[in-house]
Amino acid sequence: VPASYAGVYNTYPLIFPGLQSVMELKMFLLVLGLLVGTGSPDMGSSQGKCSESLVQGPQTQENRTHTTHSKKPFPVLSFGYDYVRLPFEISLWVLLASLMKLGFHLMPRLSSIVPESCLLIVVGLLVGGLIKLVGEAPPVLESNIFFLYLLPPIILDAGYFLPIRQFTENLGTILMFAVVGTLWNAFFVGGLLYGVCQLEGHRLVTVDLLSCLLFGSIISAVDPVAVLAVFEEIHINELLHILVFGESLLNDAVTVVLYHLFEEFSSVGTITVTDVLLGIVCFLVVSLGGIVVGAIYGILAAFTSRFTSHTRVIEPLFVFLYSYMAYLSAEVFHLSGIMALIACGAVMRPYVEANISHKSHTTIKYFLKMWSSVSDTLIFIFLGVSTVAGPHEWNWIFVVATLIFCLVARVLGVVGLTFVINKFRIVKLTSKDQFIIAYGGLRGAIAFSLVYLLNTDHFPKRNMFLTAIITVIFFTVFVQGMTIRPLVDLLAVKKKQETKRSINEEIHTQFLDHLLTGIEDICGHYGHHHWKDKLNRFNKKYVKKCLIAGERSKEPQLIAFYHKMEMKQAIELVESGGGSKLPSAMPSTVSMQNIQPKKPPQDRALPQLSKAREEEIRKILRTNLQRTRQRLRSYNRHTLIADPYEDGWNEILIKRKKMKELEKKMNNYLTVPAPPPDSPTIARARLASDPQAWGLKSATESIPSIKVDLASPQSPESVNIVDEIGMKGSQPKVSEEGGGLTMKVPSPTKPRKDQTTDEDNDKEPQQRLMRCLSDPGPAAEEEDEDEPFLH
Amino acid sequence: MGASQSGPVHMFQDLAYKTGFSIEQIKNLHNRFIYLTQAEDTLRREHLENVSDLALNPIRRQIIEAFFDKRNMGEKEKGCLQEIGFEEFVTVLSFFRPPKPHTVDEEMKNIKKEKLRFLFNMHDTDNDGIITLDEYRRVVEELLSSYEIMGAETAKAITDAAMLEVASVTVGQMGPDEFYEGITFEQFMQILKDVEIETKMNIHFWNLDTRTVQCGK
Repeated sequence: VPASYAGVYNTYPLIFPGLQSVMELKMFLLVLGLLVGTGSPDMGSSQGKCSESLVQGPQTQENRTHTTHSKKPFPVLSFGYDYVRLPFEISLWVLLASLMKLGFHLMPRLSSIVPESCLLIVVGLLVGGLIKLVGEAPPVLESNIFFLYLLPPIILDAGYFLPIRQFTENLGTILMFAVVGTLWNAFFVGGLLYGVCQLEGHRLVTVDLLSCLLFGSIISAVDPVAVLAVFEEIHINELLHILVFGESLLNDAVTVVLYHLFEEFSSVGTITVTDVLLGIVCFLVVSLGGIVVGAIYGILAAFTSRFTSHTRVIEPLFVFLYSYMAYLSAEVFHLSGIMALIACGAVMRPYVEANISHKSHTTIKYFLKMWSSVSDTLIFIFLGVSTVAGPHEWNWIFVVATLIFCLVARVLGVVGLTFVINKFRIVKLTSKDQFIIAYGGLRGAIAFSLVYLLNTDHFPKRNMFLTAIITVIFFTVFVQGMTIRPLVDLLAVKKKQETKRSINEEIHTQFLDHLLTGIEDICGHYGHHHWKDKLNRFNKKYVKKCLIAGERSKEPQLIAFYHKMEMKQAIELVESGGGSKLPSAMPSTVSMQNIQPKKPPQDRALPQLSKAREEEIRKILRTNLQRTRQRLRSYNRHTLIADPYEDGWNEILIKRKKMKELEKKMNNYLTVPAPPPDSPTIARARLASDPQAWGLKSATESIPSIKVDLASPQSPESVNIVDEIGMKGSQPKVSEEGGGLTMKVPSPTKPRKDQTTDEDNDKEPQQRLMRCLSDPGPAAEEEDEDEPFLH
Repeated sequence: MGASQSGPVHMFQDLAYKTGFSIEQIKNLHNRFIYLTQAEDTLRREHLENVSDLALNPIRRQIIEAFFDKRNMGEKEKGCLQEIGFEEFVTVLSFFRPPKPHTVDEEMKNIKKEKLRFLFNMHDTDNDGIITLDEYRRVVEELLSSYEIMGAETAKAITDAAMLEVASVTVGQMGPDEFYEGITFEQFMQILKDVEIETKMNIHFWNLDTRTVQCGK
């Protein structure tokens, strides 16, 4: 939102304090009503049918009686709803979900107190209520739709952007929580509920142990959708985030196994020891199998992306399709689809990102975010609707007991496990951390869908289970979801660092990795770093060569990081109007000249300038800059940035070489040599700190850096100015390409060594000149960039 | 334990007290020391170079030098030793010991400072207390040395960017004629304060059996 609009918008509450939110509320209720009205499917279609038949009835009768006679009147407007019914309904629901999301963010006060998921469930309740009032049966969240269409985008989004480093560092802890924690929860809740059922008597005594255990296993799993929805908004520190989130992802395997196990055996009735052993084997198969399936598809995707350099447009499609196939393939064999999806995303990401273009990367990112956002919204709304719809059987004792046992089990589990885990961790988990982990164990739609899948014949008490689960879900999402934010603030839990990753940190992270590996080798200790190093070396030697196209397969990580940083900064620079404002990254006035080693001071012959001369020079400079800015404006922001890895790069390099040659030839006529090409950083630093000294980057072969073609004061005309001052009489040379300012790379005519004395001579007076003639330049005529085209 | 063994045991206890390792760990490290030096008394550079896995490490030179650097021995001297004894060996390794649980914040800050000092000494090869542009460039070149493509330009560019960043963050405003000498220790601490050194720069000194390779975590 451009700053101007935001400003106006923000003043509204001051003028009409209560009105804004009330107005919006009314507006959305209106829209809601309209949508529900038109979307009420059966009613709509039945009316349609009636009207259709009504309209066409007389005609057909006419036809029969007057067959030879006339044609029937041409139906100018007819109503055929059945034809589009399914897509229409789906689109309507998605539209409703998106409008709701939009609405919440327009009400900032509300969205800061109540997490989005709660609001969406409330909306679902309202919609469900409305539909019921109308007399129709509200649609229920079908497990099919949920597992096949709504869940995968969210998981893929999470898996693709999983921070691998933190994940692997904490893998042991995460696995402990996911596997042991979930098992503990399942058995604790199941067992105690069975006890309660037996004790309670008449209505509940029919619930047998296996059913209770099954229920326990369903309800004990922390839900990734709910966790993501809530944790996303509280910006908690990365360690806690990855612990709870990782747990919610990895416990899927446990849940799947337990679910199938108990479901199978509740029909039989008893469990033997062999069954338990088989269960353990099954668990290993399910989890490892899921990971293997995911990894295979990930490698396939990476391999495919190697060849997409000519068809960039469909690159994102491969990422999505391969991942979805991984999920479906895993589901075919009842393996853990979630783990397959995570594995696929995590495996393919480093290779795919090295192969695809920057635009494809952006596309993938935005599509994933968009789909997962829509899914997320739909899930919560449907949860609300299903609550209104679903057959309920309320049993006070059962529901309350379930709730209490779930909470108690979670707390005991986390505390107990942390006690054991802390013995093996360097960074111990404090009690604050434990509280957040326990509190963040939210249940969600997966549990609901799993219960919904239960067969009523085998599980006569299914409706009671459903009610209990919905209660627990509501409790965790509403109560825990709403209170976690103030609690996080109250307990002063560390929040996420918003700092950008600096190149120093990157250098030292790599340095540390090697250092620790070295120390481990010296100690003869084959630990964590040793194996990580071996894996990296294997990756570099074999895997990268296969899966990454071209030269990038050999690119070290540090250089890749540096490129990314360069690119970001270059984009920032362009977006900030081409250097007229300082990029925010470097608010200081430190520039490269402060860092380069000092050279002995030169005798700088800066001649005295008369006022008239100064004016003349100022005018010339101003016109130069003006012409440059005009040329700049005609550039499209898309052509300004060349993607280094796209085609046509070679042509640009060739062109640049040609220009260099021309420049060389021209410089032969000048006596003052131009300064040598600087490293990209120097150029940008000068750009940043010296608003009027715009530099060019040199085309080095090994760094395909972004070339932003801006005018350089070291272009022929300004050099000639200095020349003129220094040695009167030499004619300024007209540039060979004629007409206006051209972009040239100043190149050295002598070998670098000899220039050390001269270059300073040339650079210094020029910069001094720039500073004396500190003309702010033409008035800022550039249009403001609206939204940046990249986030 | 007889009188003949009280010597080393006593030494171990002293070392344990001084460096914070446990007696068990000191014993294991002693075994490793003997293995590395082939039962000689002192450790020299060649002994460390013989460690096969170290050959693939891009910064092995600096790691080996760190063991012979006087600044890491806790004394105020500067310079290099030619050979070190077991005590120095353990002293250097104690920089990588994970902090004990229930360490107070003050203590943690000290530990962090010590570890950062170790890193700083590794970069500052000419002992002048500042990491200059050239020294930093050498660090980057070493890091990239294990990859085939490596123009000198790339390392220079990266080093320039890094130094610029340090200067911008730590000094902020500099006039156009001022010269930034290099990274001092305080500035080094400042730029790396977000990298949690006290938790990252550790290895677990568990199963250090030299004869059988054990996969400890």
